[in-house]
Amino acid sequence: MSDLERHSYDIVVIGAGGAGLRAAIEAREHGLRTAIICKSLFGKAHTVMAEGGIAASMGNVNSKDSWQVHFRDTLRGGKFLNNPRMAELHAKEAPQRVWELETYGALFDRTPDGRISQRNFGGHEYPRLAHVGDRTGLELIRTLQQKIVSLQQDDERELGDAQARLRVFSELTVTELLKDGDAIAGAFGYWRESGRFVQFEAPAVVLATGGIGKSFKVTSNSWEYTGDGHALALRAGATLINMEFVQFHPTGMVWPPSVKGILVTESVRGDGGVLRNSEGKRFMFEYVPEVFRAQYAASEAEADRWYDDPENNLRPPELLPRDEVARAINSEVKAGRGSPHGGVFLDVSTRLPADEIRRRLPSMYHQFKELADVDITAEPMEVGPTAHYVMGGVEVDADTAACVVPGLFAAGEVAGGMHGSNRLGGNSLSDLLVFGRRAGAGAAAYVEGLGERRPTSREQDVRAAEQDALAPFRPPGEDGSVENPYTVHTDLQQVMNDLVGIIRREGEIVEALERLGLLRERARRAGVEGHRQFNPGWHLALDLRNMLDVSQCVARAALERRESRGGHTREDHPAMDPTWRGVNLVCAQDSPGGPISLRRQPVPTIHPDLLALFDRAELAKYLTPQELA
Amino acid sequence: MSYDAHLRVWRGDAEGGELVDFTVEVNEGEVVLDIIHRLQATQAPDLAVRWNCKAGKCGSCSAEVNGRPRLMCMTRMNTFAAGEPISITPMRAFPVIRDLVTDVSFNYTKARAVPAFSPPPDLAPGEYRMSQVDVERSQEFRKCIECFLCQDTCHVVRDHEENKPAFAGPRFLMRIAELDMHPLDALDRKRQAQDDFGLGMCNITKCCTEVCPEHIKITDNALIPMKERVVDRKYDPLVWLGSKILRRS
Repeated sequence: MSDLERHSYDIVVIGAGGAGLRAAIEAREHGLRTAIICKSLFGKAHTVMAEGGIAASMGNVNSKDSWQVHFRDTLRGGKFLNNPRMAELHAKEAPQRVWELETYGALFDRTPDGRISQRNFGGHEYPRLAHVGDRTGLELIRTLQQKIVSLQQDDERELGDAQARLRVFSELTVTELLKDGDAIAGAFGYWRESGRFVQFEAPAVVLATGGIGKSFKVTSNSWEYTGDGHALALRAGATLINMEFVQFHPTGMVWPPSVKGILVTESVRGDGGVLRNSEGKRFMFEYVPEVFRAQYAASEAEADRWYDDPENNLRPPELLPRDEVARAINSEVKAGRGSPHGGVFLDVSTRLPADEIRRRLPSMYHQFKELADVDITAEPMEVGPTAHYVMGGVEVDADTAACVVPGLFAAGEVAGGMHGSNRLGGNSLSDLLVFGRRAGAGAAAYVEGLGERRPTSREQDVRAAEQDALAPFRPPGEDGSVENPYTVHTDLQQVMNDLVGIIRREGEIVEALERLGLLRERARRAGVEGHRQFNPGWHLALDLRNMLDVSQCVARAALERRESRGGHTREDHPAMDPTWRGVNLVCAQDSPGGPISLRRQPVPTIHPDLLALFDRAELAKYLTPQELA
Repeated sequence: MSYDAHLRVWRGDAEGGELVDFTVEVNEGEVVLDIIHRLQATQAPDLAVRWNCKAGKCGSCSAEVNGRPRLMCMTRMNTFAAGEPISITPMRAFPVIRDLVTDVSFNYTKARAVPAFSPPPDLAPGEYRMSQVDVERSQEFRKCIECFLCQDTCHVVRDHEENKPAFAGPRFLMRIAELDMHPLDALDRKRQAQDDFGLGMCNITKCCTEVCPEHIKITDNALIPMKERVVDRKYDPLVWLGSKILRRS
């Protein structure tokens, strides 16, 4: 135990992306001592990858926009499976959260009258996304990072110590949450740099760890996205909902192989880019589903007129929600109408002047130029679906972000419910800000309510966490066989990609569950060379357990839901079924280390005032006759 | 299409280390970081390297490839001849932690020293009005992904540890320029840039601009204009006279 480092905080925030930083700012502004833990260096979180923008109904470009319209779009995008209270709070509070960023120093692109510019995006009725070229996520993370620094400077002036109330622990990975009875008592982890163990005593933990994409072979996600928060929550007794819903972004790079999966922003389509198959046809017109028929153009001519005259024309079907576009691309490729490298063509070169493309989409221009030798101002890109975002996550209370475990909170991608079965582009960055702030406030209120009665963690739990973390240095292979963690990871990604990917079938999911069981055995034997100082093999061996827990939840829920909706497509149950609309699938681990259970639970009902925002004919497409009555 | 590349990767820690030779398979379209990952997965599982996005957006995988500061994820293998040995070493301006990972805390210390954006006191959230041309200058600098390659290459600190306390480096001098050019920032940052962050030590050799993976014109658009602003202030006869009369130093 000699090398255990101990810290005590009021609130520990795990994750330093948009949600984590916004939560930490809020907690600190409530006067609480807050630790921010990040797996990478400060400012590198996956939020930097977000390109298109932040959805908020400020109405700067089209004054008809309002929170009600944003709410409506969000529910349509999520196919009415969203937690309606979360979608309501999100739509109402997003503008305030964006404006607040300007007071932290953010510099968004402007409208001619000097306000924040807003761009079109899939599923959003009006231009709604505040943006900075195609690097909005970078602006968000840097702005929040600089706000943290600014608060530290205040503390330095006031208290003589920059880290008195807000400290960033970078390159530190949390492997276990610590509890006192039912309640959270802290967290346990290791410094990546030294391998030294760290124990945090804290009555409240905010999970803001992002997603799970690294369980899939083709993904737009970075190495950190190993489902840590999902798995930590599960092991601590919290519940996960909607885990069957995984968003495959329709446009990832497909060539060369080493860049397969890297994101191509939806802004390409929002700014006029179109999808074509190998026959040169704009195929999206063939794929407008019945529920969206009334909102999308039926001809190219009308779709093209919409960019200049959105009042009198319907929008192009390239801007359908992501699940629809991803499925359409998948079908075209399957039907033999794909591009040479197994994608379809995304073309902006014939739609905008070269200068305009370079100005509006600078990162995309460089990304294709430098990684694929493609000049997007002169030729089309080849794109295909890539695992991008998990709608499922920790079940939380909409107002406070509290989980069922006292003292545990979750915000951002790791939380579930907000986006229902499919997230609209641009709703992620706003989700991070709205619910990051609410989680910080929720955790602060919880801690203040505890008074002096703080939970304490048990020494034996800390020892057990140490032993678990050291296991890869002495793998228990009975026959002496040791698994390479990199190989186990690659095999896991292949299983999830092939068997629980964009199109799913019962037999394949059953097979995936069997294989996941075998992979779990192999992961237990994963061994590493060398010592604990910055050892990526060791880090991966520890992350594997989380990826396997999360993958099992995805597969279990995907097997159970016998319909197709949003980010869950069952070839053997292709229709959307209103009786499933009202069902959330809940994953839980009922005893520590025990099996993962799955049960059904009703989706929270939509308040009549909110239901009144839709006309009855549209509701009839989603709800059962009893619900409509 | 595949071939075997000859890699020479620096392995070691703060105590010392050496270049170690590896032969690693290379496939079409791959970048240096792909090869490093293959090396980890097949030959050196404990090889320490930082990376996150593998798309040139996060600025984590900075290193020196054949001595040149670069992002490994944006360096295509086809820029080297097939048989040519490729050396991969950690950034030289920062202390080594292990293998290709360096201690970049210098940068975070400097970031904390730059006074934060100072919002105009009379504007509520939602009331900010700025025109696109006015925000564009600072926006260019905010493209920075903090890969710290400019800090690594800058000769003021690259082999001069002793200059580090007095010099913030191109990244943070650019941050000061960014705030100075922000249409609504309320602070005057010119004296600070010169006195506290060592702007005068920069002699505009443009090395930082050359290595910037975001193609930000650090020298031309941030450092030189900032130097001009400092000079305008320092040698402005009215300012000079004012400071004499009012005895401001």
